[in-house]
Amino acid sequence: MTEANIVLEAKNITKQFPGVLASDNVNFDLRKGEIHALLGENGAGKSTLMNLIYGLHLPDKGEIFVNGKPIEIKSPNDSIAAGIGMVHQHFMLIPVFTVAENVMLGDEVTKRGSLDRVTVAAKINEISKQYGLDVDPNALVGDLPVGLQQRVEIVKTLYRNAEIVILDEPTAVLTPQEAEDLFRIMRDLTARGVSIIFITHKLKEVLAVADRITVMRAGRVINTVQPSETNEAQLANMMVGRQVILTVEKKDHAASGDILKVEGLSARDQRDLETVHNVSFTVRGGEVLGIAGVQGNGQTELSEALTGLRAPTGGKVTMDGIDLTGKSPRVMTEAGLAHIPEDRQRHGLVLSYSVADNMALCDYYRPPFSSRGVIQQKALDENARKLIDAFDVRTPSPFVNAGKLSGGNQQKVIVARELSRHNVKLVIANQPTRGLDVGSIEYIHSEIIKMRDRGVAVLLISAELDEVMALSDRIAVMYRGQIVAVVDSKKATREQLGLWMAGAHVETTQA
Amino acid sequence: MQEEKQSNSLIKQILQTISDNSLVPFLAILTAVVVGGVIIAFVGGNPILAYRGLIEGSFGSTKALSETAVWATPYIFAGLAVALAFKGGLFNIGAEGQLAVGAVASSLIGYALPEWLGYDLPAIIHLPLAVLFGVLMGGLWAAIVGWLKAYTGGHEVINTIMMNYIALNTTSFLLNGVMKDRSPTNVIARTPLIADSARIPPIFDGLRVHWGFILALLVAFGIWWLLNKTTVGFQIRTVGLNPDAAKYAGINVKRIIILTMALSGMLAGLAGTIEVTGLNYRHELGFSIGYGYDAIAIALLGKSHPLGVVLSAFLFAAMRNGATRMQFLTQMPVDLISMIQAFILLFVAADAIVRYIYRIKSKGERVVLTRGWGG
Repeated sequence: MTEANIVLEAKNITKQFPGVLASDNVNFDLRKGEIHALLGENGAGKSTLMNLIYGLHLPDKGEIFVNGKPIEIKSPNDSIAAGIGMVHQHFMLIPVFTVAENVMLGDEVTKRGSLDRVTVAAKINEISKQYGLDVDPNALVGDLPVGLQQRVEIVKTLYRNAEIVILDEPTAVLTPQEAEDLFRIMRDLTARGVSIIFITHKLKEVLAVADRITVMRAGRVINTVQPSETNEAQLANMMVGRQVILTVEKKDHAASGDILKVEGLSARDQRDLETVHNVSFTVRGGEVLGIAGVQGNGQTELSEALTGLRAPTGGKVTMDGIDLTGKSPRVMTEAGLAHIPEDRQRHGLVLSYSVADNMALCDYYRPPFSSRGVIQQKALDENARKLIDAFDVRTPSPFVNAGKLSGGNQQKVIVARELSRHNVKLVIANQPTRGLDVGSIEYIHSEIIKMRDRGVAVLLISAELDEVMALSDRIAVMYRGQIVAVVDSKKATREQLGLWMAGAHVETTQA
Repeated sequence: MQEEKQSNSLIKQILQTISDNSLVPFLAILTAVVVGGVIIAFVGGNPILAYRGLIEGSFGSTKALSETAVWATPYIFAGLAVALAFKGGLFNIGAEGQLAVGAVASSLIGYALPEWLGYDLPAIIHLPLAVLFGVLMGGLWAAIVGWLKAYTGGHEVINTIMMNYIALNTTSFLLNGVMKDRSPTNVIARTPLIADSARIPPIFDGLRVHWGFILALLVAFGIWWLLNKTTVGFQIRTVGLNPDAAKYAGINVKRIIILTMALSGMLAGLAGTIEVTGLNYRHELGFSIGYGYDAIAIALLGKSHPLGVVLSAFLFAAMRNGATRMQFLTQMPVDLISMIQAFILLFVAADAIVRYIYRIKSKGERVVLTRGWGG
């Protein structure tokens, strides 16, 4: 490759945020027509680098070249003008607008004062055909499945004549099959001269689709490699900086009787739409039941209905024979539920409370934490010291605000609090490792398996199929508010689960 | 040795916290005083003389000190009311109304109970009864707003304002009607004097400062203890900081919202009650010249911390009290004080201005005073 082929180059980029060197003298280049994967854990500096290139932040030091010419990017307008487009992890679409309206948003084409939908639709059709995107300009975005919404985002960048497209964690919201489709589209785009930066933390995808892989860690570029000359283990090592065990150590374990029994459970979301329909399953003591499914198929409402955060609209929930349907979180906790909530900062922690206070968040009212209505601070602190030790929480002291800890350590505070309770019979863990570093993920997985081996029933809800497959004894697949299949995890394949996650019809098989 | 070192650093930490929290309010006051001085000079006055008058008038003599304490008493109670609500994530703009309800209730017990019973009560029964009834009614009045918030989602800002109208106009109706002082010379909307047995005695002969002031300091300590040392306080603070996490933690959020409003209303009611039983010995319409609204400024300036509230209440009291002396010395109108107070509040609320002027970096999380509509 010659220099001329380089369409984008970032040289010696440094960006300091308060307390973090988010980008430390980073060099990065992108060749014409290649897929260059940017791999790293949360907080490694991938997003910062891309935000600097896209103009959302300004670098403290360093230069950016497009097609060999230095350019100054002060806002996204500058980067768009330079032919750079970005598809964010969270889509920037307005659901009640059509595809055409969304695409022209911010760059509206008008004809005698009103929006010229016809011209825009024609251009979208042309782009759609050229790159095999199959997007209908007149469809309402809110009616489209997530995979298609993502393509609308891609169309948006191409409509603005982007030659460089940044995809930020694009597969997080997709089924394995949808991800395959996306990879095909990415290859079509590069075949037509578009260059792609593909940000991800998933090793398999990188090896499957990238032409080159750059690994970042702690704000620095560790290495740039070809997929043909590396493997998952090596990439993981580069990402984390040490040897990583990619598989979860799990011994066979005999399950005991039913602990959690869910019969015909239904629940509604904030908009009063029924997002959980007539769901039934059981979780036995000493087993992990994993619920797989693409985000937004009712998992949130299901877990909230099971943990007392949301009142179910129908059905019955029992734990160890006790009816807990629609009971409050307090009653459930006292009956033996440990809940690792989906959104750790919203539900799981009070960020401006100390680690010690957070570790007693659900048990503050009980001895030894309180006596006759007075909080026993000493007991709280002692408990915190014990749990910080036992669960390896990295914090300067128990008195530090939980908000000051890293995501992984925040999650460990929750895990420590929930799993250390004396009476745990059932663990409900929803997205327990989302956004965490590999070290914390390993740790939390091993704690979950420890609970299972102690005979506790575990319900694991996760959008990461790999996580569900690694931890579960049985796997249930959730699609549009229903459990569409339950299988023994040893017999489950990624492909089959992926099909069910996408709604392929199956006979429900009780494993 | 190790222990000593640790406790040493703990004291350091506490001092650090105090200085972190009081830096912006202190600079806001300083800035407001400077701006006030410029305005005095602009209208042809002498700022140094004016401020000297202000300080003399508020701290210059035993009597001045006593009067400052008299002013501070309702400010502390009402400031605590607003601060406690802030801690629970609620914005109680209704202290003025709750205060009036408390004053009506305790004055009624104060003058009418012996008449109804037909005999005099000993002070040890009559006074606590009058105070408690005022506190209770203030609490009930505010609890209505808490209930509306918890069960209908009606926002407390709107509802406390509306309840103020109801309370203040009902008070006016009562003081002009059934509760009016019937003595032939009276033309003012006020109750008869309360019985001696329902009065809080002054601390010193010849000075107006009464034991209600000491009670205010004790209550401030009590509220600090309640918020920081008890399970109830833990629940209130948790609901205030993160209602979702509070629900997750098994706290009955609705109940805590009602309880927080009730406690807040009780404190505001106490402000009215103590003015009646300790100072005026009757309820005269309009005796509260906006204590309930100044309380919001006091709570903000005090960062909703009970100690901060006491200090800010003193500041506001001193300014109000010293204003007369200032006017006497420099012919600057008393209203100037309201302006300076408004500037203080402005600089505290828009702390970015102060941070910009003095180049202070923001530390820690922002204080959440109230949540979005219907939230």
